[in-house]
Amino acid sequence: MTKKITISWTVLTILSLIVALIFMFPLYWAAVTSLKQETEVIDPNWSIFPRILSLAAYLDVLTKSAIGTWYINSIATSVGITLLVILISMPCGYALSQIDFVGRKIILVAVVVSIMVPGTALVIALFVLISDFNMINTWSGVILPQVLSPVCVIVYKQFFDQVPKELREASIIDGATEFQILIKVYMPLNWGITTALALVTFIGAWNNFFWPFIMTTKAEMFTVPVAITSVSDAYGIFLAREMAVAILAALPVTAFFLIFQKRVTQAIMLTSGIKG
Amino acid sequence: MKKYSNSNFWGLLLAFPFIFFYILFLLYPTIYTLIFSFTDSPLIGWGNWVGLENYFKLFNDKLFLKSLRNTFVFVFWTVVPNTLIGLMCAMMINRLKNPYIAAFLLACFFIPHILPVTVVTQVWSWMLSKQYGIIQEFLEFFGYAKIAFFKKKQFAMPAVAIVTIWWTVGFNILLFIAGLKSINPEIYEASDLDGANSWAKFRYITWPLIWPITALVLTLQLIFQLKIFDQMYLLTAGGPFNSTLVVLQLVYKQGFQMNRGGYASAIAMVLFLIIIVVSIMQYYVLRDKEKDK
Repeated sequence: MTKKITISWTVLTILSLIVALIFMFPLYWAAVTSLKQETEVIDPNWSIFPRILSLAAYLDVLTKSAIGTWYINSIATSVGITLLVILISMPCGYALSQIDFVGRKIILVAVVVSIMVPGTALVIALFVLISDFNMINTWSGVILPQVLSPVCVIVYKQFFDQVPKELREASIIDGATEFQILIKVYMPLNWGITTALALVTFIGAWNNFFWPFIMTTKAEMFTVPVAITSVSDAYGIFLAREMAVAILAALPVTAFFLIFQKRVTQAIMLTSGIKG
Repeated sequence: MKKYSNSNFWGLLLAFPFIFFYILFLLYPTIYTLIFSFTDSPLIGWGNWVGLENYFKLFNDKLFLKSLRNTFVFVFWTVVPNTLIGLMCAMMINRLKNPYIAAFLLACFFIPHILPVTVVTQVWSWMLSKQYGIIQEFLEFFGYAKIAFFKKKQFAMPAVAIVTIWWTVGFNILLFIAGLKSINPEIYEASDLDGANSWAKFRYITWPLIWPITALVLTLQLIFQLKIFDQMYLLTAGGPFNSTLVVLQLVYKQGFQMNRGGYASAIAMVLFLIIIVVSIMQYYVLRDKEKDK
């Protein structure tokens, strides 16, 4: 009996590993392609591993494209979005959780309702608004449509709700203002959730295609994800180079995910309505 | 009295940044889009008030009806398959005894989900490329002719759906694993004593207990896939012959390429309303489930 179970577990484990390897194959193939020479990439006698490992595609991308500029654009906009989302959402979550003020209920309802609103359907109005601000082809133009995150407000509110009331009452007796209580008590107690939300916001902002695609028209203002589609247009068919750019675009978010796996998955579950 | 007005001051001050952005980037654009949809405006600047004319035109516009149909076809190809594949993979991972292998597998399935959409489309364009794509090699090996996946009417939509599922299934697996872990193992042990087989366990224990998560995943998928634009635009650009043109791309096309801001806004309002209705349905479905517990 025990033996039979052990064998079936082993078979299951091996089978699931095979499924996972097939699933990962496209990424392996992209990485391998980027390490081949262009001539080998289009050779009909394809090989599963490069015959000659070559970094030529990466060197080409790094020296002949504007990838440095695109990286700076991506970093600036993603960091900007992340900071603004946290700075806007945290105080609002605190106010909704801890302070009894005029309009609290209405604001709470408005936040919950806005989770349903599809931002991309407002693309025409947002484009007109950003161009009224003269922000087309600027970092601000890419950042501003992405800073409203009602889900973050709700997550902060839920976490602040769980902080023991005694801490707040003690601070009030000590004469602290609401702002000081937030900064000195509630924020330090919830660093974990701030980190988690910041990570998923950053990954989401880095990956976003739609808003930079709408708000930028000049190649020097593109973010990396938008730019990689233009590399292929500009150079014709250079597949190793295309894959090298794709790998370079994927690198930061993949690194973040692998380093902070637990926090990222926690935040993804929280923001989709499951308490992690 | 003093304390009360004090809390009004701090409450409004701390909520102010959010309210400010809420009004400027959500409330105002929504009202603007609605009003714009009653005009014949270009993209920038105002045109004449035409009342409901855009909406009447919409329902006689073959391209709009086609884009609506294409969006629902895409939803059909993605939502339920993505949810079921997610559940199957989650059950597979959840059964593994070795926690390290389980964590490794979850990471494998999840990594595509954290990649930029353009990386996903570039990688798959290469995999499926008619000339050199490795999938073509497999097709040839099994005796089939090469297929230009994104240029053939019958293949374009399913191909984008497969790419989408590959990209997003990790998210569903993550939610399902959280759900499966919360099922009390004693229930399975009790059913072992009753001699229940695997199918009975799935049918009478796992499926009913995981249903709240399934409902959540289904509705999240539905809302997400109705907004389809990125992958479709990047892989097929709406072609061949508009057979993969979806609603959001038509908004983009009418607004930005044909300079018809008013008409594009009317299309956007229809999509907006569909998604709001689905979201309200989601709210009630999930809330009723909470009550059942």
